[in-house]
Amino acid sequence: MKTANKKVKAERLVRDALDKAKHFADYNIFTFIDEEGAIARAREIDKRIANGEKVGLLAGVPYALKDNFLSPRGETTASAHILEGFNSPVTATSVERLEAEGAIMIGRTNLDAFAHGSSTENSYFGPTLNSADRERVAGGSSGGSAVAVALDIVEFATGSDTGGSIRQPASFNGIYGMKPTFGTISRYGVVAMASSLDCIGFFTKTPEDMNLLMSITSGQDPKDMTTLPDYYNEDAPLRKAAKIGVIKDFDNESVDADIRGALKSRCELLKSKGYEIVELDMPSLKYALAVYYIIQPAEVASNLSRYDGVRYGFRSNKSKDLDSIYEETRSEGFMPENKRRIMVGNFVLSSGFYDAYFLKAAKARTLIVNEYRRAFEKCDYILMPVSPNPAFRLGEKVGDPVAMYLEDVMSVSLNLAGVPGLAIPAGKTTAGLPIGLQLVGPRRSDKGLIEFARELQ
Amino acid sequence: MDVKREDIIHLAQLSDFSISDEEVKQLTGDIQEIIAYVSQLDELDVSDIEPTYQVFEMENVWRADEIMPQDASREELIALAPESKNNQVKVPKVL
Repeated sequence: MKTANKKVKAERLVRDALDKAKHFADYNIFTFIDEEGAIARAREIDKRIANGEKVGLLAGVPYALKDNFLSPRGETTASAHILEGFNSPVTATSVERLEAEGAIMIGRTNLDAFAHGSSTENSYFGPTLNSADRERVAGGSSGGSAVAVALDIVEFATGSDTGGSIRQPASFNGIYGMKPTFGTISRYGVVAMASSLDCIGFFTKTPEDMNLLMSITSGQDPKDMTTLPDYYNEDAPLRKAAKIGVIKDFDNESVDADIRGALKSRCELLKSKGYEIVELDMPSLKYALAVYYIIQPAEVASNLSRYDGVRYGFRSNKSKDLDSIYEETRSEGFMPENKRRIMVGNFVLSSGFYDAYFLKAAKARTLIVNEYRRAFEKCDYILMPVSPNPAFRLGEKVGDPVAMYLEDVMSVSLNLAGVPGLAIPAGKTTAGLPIGLQLVGPRRSDKGLIEFARELQ
Repeated sequence: MDVKREDIIHLAQLSDFSISDEEVKQLTGDIQEIIAYVSQLDELDVSDIEPTYQVFEMENVWRADEIMPQDASREELIALAPESKNNQVKVPKVL
């Protein structure tokens, strides 16, 4: 990516990004643009360069921040009414690490409220439009971040991926999107959705940029007890890539013909380069979506119980006593999809249903974890679609929650197993819509995965 | 399982929502459909399988019992509350 130096001013890079953000305003990408702050920080970097001082690896690089990352620059709303007015005094660890290297946040990007969705249509601020076709969805939940990178407004953008929220919008917009191994990047200062599934990652235009961002942000954080030791920057040999797995069950009529064609042609390309293609039988994966839509809402119900209209964010003015503060604030402040997930979560956790739903899903999750483990004994990496269809039309699935959930059918199993996945661009459909495929590896193979992605460029 | 109107009203109470009759109707259909979808797990026999609750290679993390420097001050946190008084969060009278 282009960084600032003596010839290229950071202020120029940032002003160009801000101009493009204005030019594409009708895509509804940003929930907040920090023009003044971004220019001020760019000037500081230019001054340091002029003085011959050391600057970081991302000096003057403009980036976009998904609006569920906490930072004192602008309100952190997670595109939800209930967080309106929330000015965080705290900065996410990932943001601190990026900005310590000189990256400059130009704005916050739109998402499905609390990252609940696969299209960015569940945002309190309205949907973001697809970069290739304005009548179609951006994907989600990190739709704003994906479109900001795809339209070349910024060099990179942050995202969070609980069930596909980075990989699916990356694939709908023809760019790279990385969901790392669970625990790779600190989640401190990111609005929690489902804590056993949530991962932080990025959108970029190249695998090389992805590698750079991963190397800057990965590693242990005393503020997030679930972070792994920094395996990413270890000086260890990368996992080899010789045998590439494809999943038999995913080659069926419910998957778009152009997407299946793209997968086949990438397999042919790999074969011609000397790779071996291995067919995998992974029968438990067909249950992944059902497992996910039990475990995820259960964790959502727990995490979202903190929004009460008392300590921060929005409070309904209809409330009179303490109980009605909770009830009216939560009723007005959450989007319909937030409510559905909280209620499904409370259902599967309630006494009488816990064993039949939550416990059963937790046991079925073990099958999925084991199935990935066995698959990676037979192959080095897996190549598969990100989603069964390319970007769908705005409004097409809004009224049908299960149809919307089915968009996540190929992406959620990675989160359940904690394994990394990298969405890579893989051409276009006959209608001209971007196609994405995902590369999957075992835990902690992230660096090898990104390196291998260069073979498919 | 059949999701009934009373179930939705009960779940709304558990979730601290006040919902309109219109919403009850909509949610009854939506949640019925979601529960029907996830019930396909009934096909699986998982009686002998250990559950997975997390995929982090969990270890005990020890540190000294000391107060660490905090990212935000009490004043900054209180300032976030919709209502506060005397450096404390304020809510309507409970008793």
